[in-house]
This record gives sequence, structure tokens and C-alpha cells, in this order.
Amino acid sequence: MSVSTITAGPRRGWRSAGTWIGAIIVGIAAFCALFAPLLVPHDPFAQDIPNRLMVPFWMEGSSPDHLLGTDQLGRDYLARLIYGCRISMMIGVTVSIVSGLIGITLGVLGGFMGGRIDDAVLFAITTRLSIPVVLVALAVVGLLGSSLPLLVITLGLLQWDRFAVVARSTTMQVRNLDFVSAAWCAGCSRFRILTREVLPNIASHLVVVATLEIALAILLEAALSFLGLGVPPPLPSWGLMIAEAKDYMFFSPWVIMIPGAALFVLVLGINLLGDGLRDQFGARSP
Amino acid sequence: MNTPVAIEVRGVRKTFRVKGGLFGADRHVVAVDDISFAVPQGGVLGVVGESGCGKSTLARLILGLLAPSAGEITVEGQRVLAMDRKARARLIQPVFQDPFASLNPLARIRDIVAMPLIAQGTFGRAEIGRKVEEMLERVGLSREQGTRLPSELSGGQRQRVAIARALVLRPRIVVCDEPTSALDVSVQAQILNLLAELRKDLGLTYLFISHNLAVVEHVASDVAVMYLGRFVERQPTEALFAHPEHPYTKALLASVLTPEPGLGVPDVGLGDILPDPANIPPGCRFHPRCPIAEPRCAVETPPFKPRPGGGVECLLVP
Amino acid sequence: MSALLEIEGLQVEFGRQSPTAAVRGASFVVESGETHCLVGESGCGKSVTALSIMNLLARGARRRADKLAFKGGDLRGLSDAAMSRLRGNEMAMIFQEPMTSLNPAYTVGSQMTEVLRRHKHVNQRAATDRAADLLARVGITAPGLRLGQFPHQLSGGLRQRVMIAMALMCEPQLLIADEPTTALDVTVQAQILRLLATLQRDLGLGLLLITHDLGIVARIATRVSVMYAGEVVESAATADLFAAPKHPYTQGLLRCVPVPGKIQRDQPLGSIPGTVPRIGPGFEGCAFRDRCDFADATCAHTVPLHNAGPTHNFLCRLPA
Repeated sequence: MSVSTITAGPRRGWRSAGTWIGAIIVGIAAFCALFAPLLVPHDPFAQDIPNRLMVPFWMEGSSPDHLLGTDQLGRDYLARLIYGCRISMMIGVTVSIVSGLIGITLGVLGGFMGGRIDDAVLFAITTRLSIPVVLVALAVVGLLGSSLPLLVITLGLLQWDRFAVVARSTTMQVRNLDFVSAAWCAGCSRFRILTREVLPNIASHLVVVATLEIALAILLEAALSFLGLGVPPPLPSWGLMIAEAKDYMFFSPWVIMIPGAALFVLVLGINLLGDGLRDQFGARSP
Repeated sequence: MNTPVAIEVRGVRKTFRVKGGLFGADRHVVAVDDISFAVPQGGVLGVVGESGCGKSTLARLILGLLAPSAGEITVEGQRVLAMDRKARARLIQPVFQDPFASLNPLARIRDIVAMPLIAQGTFGRAEIGRKVEEMLERVGLSREQGTRLPSELSGGQRQRVAIARALVLRPRIVVCDEPTSALDVSVQAQILNLLAELRKDLGLTYLFISHNLAVVEHVASDVAVMYLGRFVERQPTEALFAHPEHPYTKALLASVLTPEPGLGVPDVGLGDILPDPANIPPGCRFHPRCPIAEPRCAVETPPFKPRPGGGVECLLVP
Repeated sequence: MSALLEIEGLQVEFGRQSPTAAVRGASFVVESGETHCLVGESGCGKSVTALSIMNLLARGARRRADKLAFKGGDLRGLSDAAMSRLRGNEMAMIFQEPMTSLNPAYTVGSQMTEVLRRHKHVNQRAATDRAADLLARVGITAPGLRLGQFPHQLSGGLRQRVMIAMALMCEPQLLIADEPTTALDVTVQAQILRLLATLQRDLGLGLLLITHDLGIVARIATRVSVMYAGEVVESAATADLFAAPKHPYTQGLLRCVPVPGKIQRDQPLGSIPGTVPRIGPGFEGCAFRDRCDFADATCAHTVPLHNAGPTHNFLCRLPA
């Protein structure tokens, strides 16, 4: 029996405060995303020009009706922020699902089958890594116009590499373990071995990758929307809100600060949660 | 009267190619070098050797997990690799060394034992449940333990699960690859007794691989000593332990530290050179470490000298 | 011969919510110039005992002892800095896994000289000379060449020899070896044990050897302490222990070990039924009682320490 001799450093996994903070942030974001229509005080698309650029609650002259003020077209900012959260989370999650399906399938097949199939998968991964994601996304959207489904598919088709690499390496480790050999000797089909023996044992590592990919997708979407080639207006993407707000940056700084801060906090929260999950599960490899 | 043969290995060779990388040439590791032997039905062949001798590779070849580079392996007359995997599963099953790695950590014990039955596709749920329970009881586990995860069981209990899983299809042959090496002495004894009992009850044939000579002496009817991919000596158990002939066998036997105080630690006299399957010495593969090696041992390949029930490969024995 | 290491009533506990008592009262003495073996199966607490002597336990482990003395000095209250001055210097340890015991990023020579230079303030030249000396002493040919090599270039047996040489750099008086040959092949194991026995004799070391292998114990130990579920259940001179084991666990353990040449193939091997129990807090009585043929009602409460001779004691209600 081996006994750890390392005097451990900072607390890890669920013991770490960072993980809990991340979990709370992500929890709030998920809640907003799911229940957005019920939470918003006003319609985020309703324009109200006479009441444009009202200040948020921490400044003088604010109105209790608009806690975070209004933007340049008089739309309630809190409502837009919540809806923006919904869009960010939705894009983050759906892109991760699409890229996850592609990457995990490729990685598991390559790692399990080895040989030529693995060579092909490695080639695909290397090719994908040499493609500049943002430029391709820009080009596609530029050519075909910006729409939500198109954005999700494009990003999904471009972001699968990390899933593939992690799935492949973990599958290769698990494949060499005796219980997989035993399943083979017992006459189990390859499909059964992959789904019952291999996948469950690599799932924890993939969950960690998924949380980080969600954060990446959110940032990517914000960047594209900022450039005007992401989510089409008037949909309240945070990136779009930042872009629209830059014209008013010096007179009404909160218009740009609020979505910027929200983006920062959400991505930070996802990263903290992802780190915590990685520390929690990393120690328990099969 | 000829006892039918359970396992027959003819001229089997297994070479692995290790890529040399950017600056080195590819190396060829000969893990198993032209081995031929037969195990009669109901017999127990013990294969002993140290790390790098190829015994685990041999086990995997016989189980059909690896394909030989040359030669043929048949179990009960059928070629291992030509068989449908489900049919092979009904014939030959493994018990591996590491009780922690041989069970899926996320599956419940009864599902682990049920897996071979489910894979066959011909058993109904009720029948599977019945067989699993029967097998768990047979190996000394309770129904309650069947609902647990492997992490909740001890090493010995996990090895019992591995045995249950191996026997649930009632195979004829079991390949045990160091089944007790990772267990404590008191647990080892329990598992060995269980294996012996099951063999008698179910009429099994065992291929028993171990580095522990004392265990092999207890379990096996015949013993083969493996070194760098070949059997350097093979004899019935009593003969091997009473009159070992090959210098390596003698060294192995001398290295066993029996619990007899006052005898000190023997000087086995093998020197420091490590056996490397990627660089098999010319002539007799044991000559660099052999205490009685002569100059011709580095040049001539030792011939096989038959003995009753086996033989020895050494230039210097009669 | 004086008592090098004296331990009495050592207790080690892990965990806060549900504390596990890894060691529940170990007592033994290691004299200088003798080999003392701590033998037991997995989970008995022998490795934890060794680590607690050197204070190398994981954070969160709590160590208590009635007596924990090295060369007469109390180890219990020593600060980390004071303990660091002892480790590698006057007491050294070698571990089980030769593959992971050496730092793969540094050469053998630099790892060995580091130990000496840290404790004895000698220059690099002198340290290298001593390292080469010790490598030759442990039977490594071409020591100059080996000093410049990295751990991955050496085999398991060689790495273990390097570990032993490294442990001896500062001329320690106590050498603790935690299952030093378990991961090695049986022929290499014999060589390493011969080496340890020779060194122990030549240098007058106190050797505390931890193992689960009774064969090793029989061949090189002067004294033996048998551990079960965190306690030392029997302690005796080697010859006495094997000739007349008193504790039922020791007797059972000896029955389980197959001895080549004395094996009856048709008889089942002696075994000990059952498994090691989980010891929670507040556990009373003998931990072996559920597996013991001689257990009775008193075994659930107190277990007396009996003497079977001036140096042979055991924890059991059975008379000596």
C-alpha cells in the first residue's frame, strides 16, 4: 500500500473556494439562460427613444424601473444582459455538443482502433490545428451571412480538436487495461466495449474539456459579434452590445462596462469550475 | 491412451517493432522465439520466468489477444484466431494479475460477472441472473457483494470476481497470468486453494504463469522455465524441483528465499547484465549471465535435449 | 550495541471526518548493528510507521507516541528544519519503486552529490569522489560512467543500488528500507538483499527493513516485529519467531507460505480465512479475533501483552 508523502499544497477540487465560486457563477448563468423570459422586467427588444441612455442604479438620477439603465435605443439593459446571457450559454453549450460529438467520436475511434485509422485521425487533428479558426469563421459568415444556426455549425465544426486529443489519449490508456482485454476475451463486440467499458471511464476527463470549450465558444462568439459577423442584431449578444456601446464609451461608460464585466465574470466562472473539476477527477484516473 | 490436447502451440514467434524515432533505427523485440508445446486436457502447465522473458506475451497469444508473427496456436483442436470470438469465449478465458486493473471501476460486480453471458446473446435475463448468483457463491462472494463496485472490495475479493467472470461461461481452459502476485500471502493461499478446487470440480485445464516458483510447484503438474522468449527447460514438476538441469533454473531455485532462518541470502552468481529482449545474445541466450558458460556457448545454439515429459536446452548438460 | 531507535506506543491517524487509525500502538527497538524487520501484509501500517519515523507523512496525518527517540534524542517535537538536518544525514531511507525514486531530470551523480553537499558542506570534487566510491561499494561497475547517466538509462536493479549508495552518502547510522526488493525480479532481489546485509555488517548500520515477505525476514533479520491492523502483535528474535511463533496470526502466516521442496500438491495451502477488518475509532480488543481459531469473549475487550522469553513478546490472551 502506498502512502502519499507529499505535503499537499492548496486545497483542490470541491475543497477549493475557487471551484465553488465558479459553480455559483455558472449556476446563476444557467438559471438566467433557462428562465430568461420569466426574469426580465422589460422586453429586451422594446425601444424607448425618449428614455435612452438612462443611468444604472449606482449612479445619480437612476430609475428603479431600469436597474441597469437603458442603452442607446432605450432598451432595458438588465433585460438585454439576461437575454445576452441566454445567447452566450446557448451558443457555448450547443457548440460544445457539436464539437464534442465530432471530436470524441474521432478520438475514441483513433485511440481504440490504432493503426491506419489512428493515423487518419491524427492527420485530421493536425490539419484542423493548422486552420485559423477565427479567420475561417469570419469568412464563412462573411460569405453566407450571419445567423445563429450557421454560427453554431461553423464553430462546432472548427472546435473539436481538444475533445479529439483528450479522447484519443485517454482511450489509449484505458484500452491497455486488463478489464478491456477481459471484455475482449469474453466475446464482447467492439461497440459494447467502447460504450460500456471505455467511454464511462474517460467521461470525467471529457466533462472537464467540455466546460473549458464552453468558455472558449462564448468568447469566440463575442469576438465575432463584436466584429459584426456573429449574432445578427437586434439579438442581444454581449459582443454585439459591446460593439454598439463603443460609440458611447466616453459619455456613458456603463453601456460598455456592463456587458464587458459580465463576459469576464462568466468566462472566469467557467474556468474556475473547469479547473476544480479537473483537479477533482484528475486524481481518480482508472 | 492419449489424453486429448487442450492447448497446442507450434513454432510460435512474436516480434514487436519498436519505432526508432527521428534518429534511431527501428528495433525488433523478439518476445516469443519459436516455442512449441502442448498442454493435455486437465493438466496444469506452470510457466515461470522473470520480467522480459515473454510469458505475458505468450499468455496473450494463447488467448487470442495478439496474433503470432509465425506459427500456430490451437485450443482443443481449433485455431485460436480462426474461431469466432464468442465460440472462443466459451472455450478459453483469462484471469489477470492486477485485481485493480482487471475490473471496470464503474461497473457493479454482478454486471462484471454477467458480461460474458450477455455478450453471447443467447441467454435470457433470468438465466443470466441465476448463473451470476451461482458463480458468485461458488467463488465465495455474497449476493450483497454482487451489488458493490470494485473499489469497495479488497484485492483478494476482486480476484475472486475475476475468477467468477472467467468461469461463468464454463470454459475448458483458463489462462492465469500471475493471478496471485499482487496479493498478500494469506490471501494468495485462499485464491490458490479456490483455483485448485474449481479445477477439480469443473475439469479445467490451466496455463499458470508466475514468477513465484513455490506457488508454481504447488499448482502445476508440469513446469516450463522461460528465458528471453524460449523455454529453456520443461519437466514434470517433481522432476524439475528435484533435479533442475538448466543453469537458469538452478539459479531461480537458488534465489527463492524460503522462510528458514539461519541460511542467509544465497549468492546466485548471475551477474548484473539485464536480459533485454531487443538484444538477444548470440548462441545460447543465457550465456552472458551463466555461471558455467564456456566459450562455445556464445557461438552455438543450444540443442533441445529431450527428457521424460519435457526437455532442456543447454550445451553443457548431457 | 546501543538502542538506535526506540519507539513506544506509536499512533498515526488520517482523516478528519472519519479518522482511520493506520497505526495503533507500535512499539519496537532497533539497535545499531542489527537488522530489524517489520513484517506484515498490506494495510497493516508498516509503511506508515516507517514514514512517521522520518516525519514524511502526508498533510493531515496525526502522529503520537509515548516514546520516539533516535540516538537518545526525542524526535517528536523536532521542527521541520531540525528534521531535515537528520534526514539523509543520520537516518536515510530507501523506497520500493526504483522506477520513481530517482528524479528523472538529473544525473545520478548530481543527485548523489547533492545529498552530501547539503549536509556536510564538502566541495563538488570530494562529493563526486565519494559518490564514485559508494557506487563501487554497492557493486556497480564503471562508476565514473554511471555518475553521468540519467535514471532511465539504468535497470531496476541498478537503480536500487544507486538508491542504496545515495542513502549511504552521509554515513547514516539508521537505514530504513521500505520493501526495497518487492518490485524487482527474484534473482536481482537476492543480490540486493545480499548487498544490504553486507553493508549493514561492514558499516555497523541499524537497518529497519519493511517487507511482507517472510522469506526475506528469515534470511536477513536479527529481530522481527509482526504487524497486523496497525499493531505490533509479536516481536522476537528471528530464530525464536520461526521456531516457536506464539501469536495465531504469525502462525497462520507461516502456514500460508509455500516452501519449494516441501510442498504437497494435493493438499490445500494453509490459509487464514476472512479479511483484515476495518478499524474505526474506538475499536476495542484484538483485531484478529474474527479470523482466529482461539478467540473467546475476552478478546473483544482487552488483549494482554505476554512474554515468551526475555526478548519475545506477543499480544494475545493465550499463555506463552
